[in-house]
Amino acid sequence: FVRPKRPLGPYDTSEAVTPWEQATTYNNFYEFGTDKGDPARMAASLKPRPWTVKIDGEVKRPQTVDIDTLQGWFPLEDRVYRMRCVEGWSMVMPWLGFSLAALIRRLEPTSKAKYVQFTSLYDPKQFPGQRGTVLDWPYVEGLRLDEALHPLAFMAVGLDGRVLPGQNGAPLRLVVPWKYGFKNIKSIVRITLTAQQPKTTWALAAPDEYGFYANVNPAVPHPRWSQATERRIGELGRRPTLPFNGYADQVAGLYRGMDLRRNF
Amino acid sequence: MSARSPGPRATARPARPLPWLVPAVTVGGLVPAVMLVQDALTGALGANPIQRATLQTGLLTLALLVLSLACTPLRLVTGWTWPARIRKALGLLAFGYGVLHFGIYLLDHGFNLGQITEDVLERPFVTAGFTALLLLVPLALTSRRDSVRRLGFERWTRLHRLVYAAVSVGTLHYYWGVKKDHTPPLIYAAVIAVLFVIRWVARRPRRQGRAGAGRAAG
Repeated sequence: FVRPKRPLGPYDTSEAVTPWEQATTYNNFYEFGTDKGDPARMAASLKPRPWTVKIDGEVKRPQTVDIDTLQGWFPLEDRVYRMRCVEGWSMVMPWLGFSLAALIRRLEPTSKAKYVQFTSLYDPKQFPGQRGTVLDWPYVEGLRLDEALHPLAFMAVGLDGRVLPGQNGAPLRLVVPWKYGFKNIKSIVRITLTAQQPKTTWALAAPDEYGFYANVNPAVPHPRWSQATERRIGELGRRPTLPFNGYADQVAGLYRGMDLRRNF
Repeated sequence: MSARSPGPRATARPARPLPWLVPAVTVGGLVPAVMLVQDALTGALGANPIQRATLQTGLLTLALLVLSLACTPLRLVTGWTWPARIRKALGLLAFGYGVLHFGIYLLDHGFNLGQITEDVLERPFVTAGFTALLLLVPLALTSRRDSVRRLGFERWTRLHRLVYAAVSVGTLHYYWGVKKDHTPPLIYAAVIAVLFVIRWVARRPRRQGRAGAGRAAG
């Protein structure tokens, strides 16, 4: 496929982008099923329009906003980010979307706001995987407010210049490239600013395996496998995993003084 | 099949019934390996072929091991003798896929011995899988018929009870390897439990020497 050529921005990686075919058929999206192929197979059952996003909690202007209105608030930009799954594989994804910081600032958090909580759609008719209890639905993720305001934190509405496919989290998903993939919550219907740390889905499901921070860290193994290496999809060998997925220069400061083994 | 004429049978040793059975099981058991190679060459293993091949060989190991364990219960329940004759082939196929599974894992980690040792020693998930494979090694080595003679039937039988440990630890390995949906490994565990119960129930009356048990013998 043809990708529009453009100069790389300060946040882009110049690494080879994962082919569309693989980026859209090898997905973790348990709302569609636990097999990597389930999301692509079942994605047609998700209706990404009409779609509204409820914004509430510690904001000066709580509101429910249509997805097209919301994405019209910001100029859309391309970001080529690495994506590292907690399972030990990675991709390079050409996202299209807008800065999360710009969205948060527009919502005007109150002084009590310390965290941002995201909630995925709960609708077993559209998400057949939600008829089972493999996770506690709906999927919830969260960031500390300073993480959410970091210029790398991104809201994607498209992939490779096209509308985001259902299996990749249409119509709106979070992308925080220095964290494991499961933080990148998909099909968001609600954004809540909170004073308390959100109770996030995987941290609730297996607290000894998945933490709230979930920063990519080769030095902290998953209890069942090492995180020191990863397989880039499309390659046969493994490559070393980089601290903060290679974004340490930009984000390590957010965690200064924290014990990253405890806050994994 | 031979007719029931007394002529040829009187002179030759009685032919084993179903002579095609063991070759058929062996060839059938190797088909998934051929398909795996074909899928690997045609790209049909998907975006993460090594992970897929690891999973498939692991599942084949466990499935064949369970099938080999089903032979005796099947014989006890039905009285058929043929399941006993394919048990060895199923067991060896299981071992072969186990070796392949471990080989792909080694390849996946670039034969990095430090990494592999750390995995085996520190990650119960890997420890369990490695243990299961180790337990199968003496069984594969003593699978020849003359091993039974050399060891003596009693000792050989005791040694081959290791398969119960291997299948249990192997299932635990599968259970620990799953990220969240534990249904498939639990199905395996349930099948294995049922097979154990059948053995236990079917053997109990004989051990107690109850009247009428002799009817089933033969």
